[in-house]
Amino acid sequence: MNIYDIIFYIFALATVGSAFMVVTTRNIVHAAFYLLLTFFGVTGIYVLLTADFVAIVQLVVYVGGILILLIFGVMLTNKITNVQIKTGSLQLFPAAIGVGLFAGILVSALLNTEWKTAAGEAPKTTLNGLGFLLMNEYIIVFEVLGVLLLVALVGAASIARK
Amino acid sequence: MIYDFLLKLTGSEIAAGFIQSLLPLFVFILPFALFAVLLERKVSAHMQDRLGPMRTGYHGILQTVADIIKLVQKEDIVPTNSDKPLFNIAPVLVFTGSYAAFAAIPFSSAFIGSNIDLGLFFIVAVSGLVVAGILMAGWASNNKYTLLGAMRSAAQVISYEIPTMLVILTIVMMTGTLNLTTLSELQTGYFWNWMILGGPVAGLVKLAFIPSMFIGFVIIYISTLAEVNRTPFDIPEAESELVSGYHTEYSGMKFAMFFLAEYANMFAVSAIVAAVFFGGYQSPIGYLGNTLDILWLIPIEQFFWFTFKGVFFVFVQMWLRWTLPRLRVDQLMALCWKYLIPIAFVNLLIVGLITVL
Repeated sequence: MNIYDIIFYIFALATVGSAFMVVTTRNIVHAAFYLLLTFFGVTGIYVLLTADFVAIVQLVVYVGGILILLIFGVMLTNKITNVQIKTGSLQLFPAAIGVGLFAGILVSALLNTEWKTAAGEAPKTTLNGLGFLLMNEYIIVFEVLGVLLLVALVGAASIARK
Repeated sequence: MIYDFLLKLTGSEIAAGFIQSLLPLFVFILPFALFAVLLERKVSAHMQDRLGPMRTGYHGILQTVADIIKLVQKEDIVPTNSDKPLFNIAPVLVFTGSYAAFAAIPFSSAFIGSNIDLGLFFIVAVSGLVVAGILMAGWASNNKYTLLGAMRSAAQVISYEIPTMLVILTIVMMTGTLNLTTLSELQTGYFWNWMILGGPVAGLVKLAFIPSMFIGFVIIYISTLAEVNRTPFDIPEAESELVSGYHTEYSGMKFAMFFLAEYANMFAVSAIVAAVFFGGYQSPIGYLGNTLDILWLIPIEQFFWFTFKGVFFVFVQMWLRWTLPRLRVDQLMALCWKYLIPIAFVNLLIVGLITVL
């Protein structure tokens, strides 16, 4: 077990442990901050997989964007407008079915995939290759996603004006 | 280079990496914070025709040391109804966020914490942790002023990240790199190779770049100023309306930690501006080490120039703080969304067109 294995297990433990706390904790703000740790652990795992660009995008989008907005929303509703947010277990039965089905799909995907285990040379940076792929092979998907996000933005702005 | 030296000295990758990652803190941030706090007080005093601290040491140079000794001795007060774990973690998280940025800052060609290819992007990304820490501090203190301060701060930082990113994108389009060392190496030679003066190209293209670069510099300077919550963008702290914003309830060493993070952040954003537009660690007038043929002098000179540029921009931040009044919330958002972002977009387009042509 070398140092990278130890680092991996630290990140993995942080991710799984905090994800467990997100769903079990009663305090919704604590849940949001546990989510920060989860995202951060995932970022660390991406870095260990030498997916540098994905790791930093994870940090920008999830930690810097989505999580901040989430905490913002939770804090606004909780403390300023005095709306009590319910934190409890509802609809146990349907939820169990949904989660069970999803877990089944995940497990079957895990078992049926042929994993490439040959030791490959990790690229120094994934930035150039990613940029090349996005601008050539996946240009249509990339553009469509861009338009989709723009539509979402315009929609959000028009709802906010009402 | 320093990493290789440490590796030879300690003989282990882990120890070398560990020492390397602690170097900016002990060699740079702590002395810098000591110096900058005094500088801030002196600058503010002289701008208001006062003298500032004069009694501790010659012209008050030991004032910050005395302040730190006072802060260490203070009782650590945790408010009764606060959320204690979050209250205690928040200062650490804020400092982690601002210190993480130092991992990718190139102090000289011999020292950079981690020479990653996404350096510039990484620095912008980790600043998200600072926002999370500020929100955590504001919420955990259980005080309406801290909560309001944290809200304002988060809104402001998120908004002003966009113009910063757009200007960085402009630079990336011109140079094709996000690596701060490569970016600095590109601007080598004399000061006319700096990005602010059109970068290392010659001829008419250089002249065409200059106005765009100047606009880009002004935008990134304004928006990074807003990201570190300094006047004229200090509504999150706003002493006259919010006591002192998100760190109202903190005392002693935790308060000192927020303070340290603020000054570390001020230097980090100044360093980005210096690295992107003002040649990074490159000297504007050539190296003494080259003329005298002493090669080991060059990294030291580079460190000097980098620190000089960084501290100069920190000084400009202080200068602005004591000159300009605070913006209102609506003016703040209008400035960002109605002026900076559209201008940055147009600038991006113009630079893109010039680069393609």
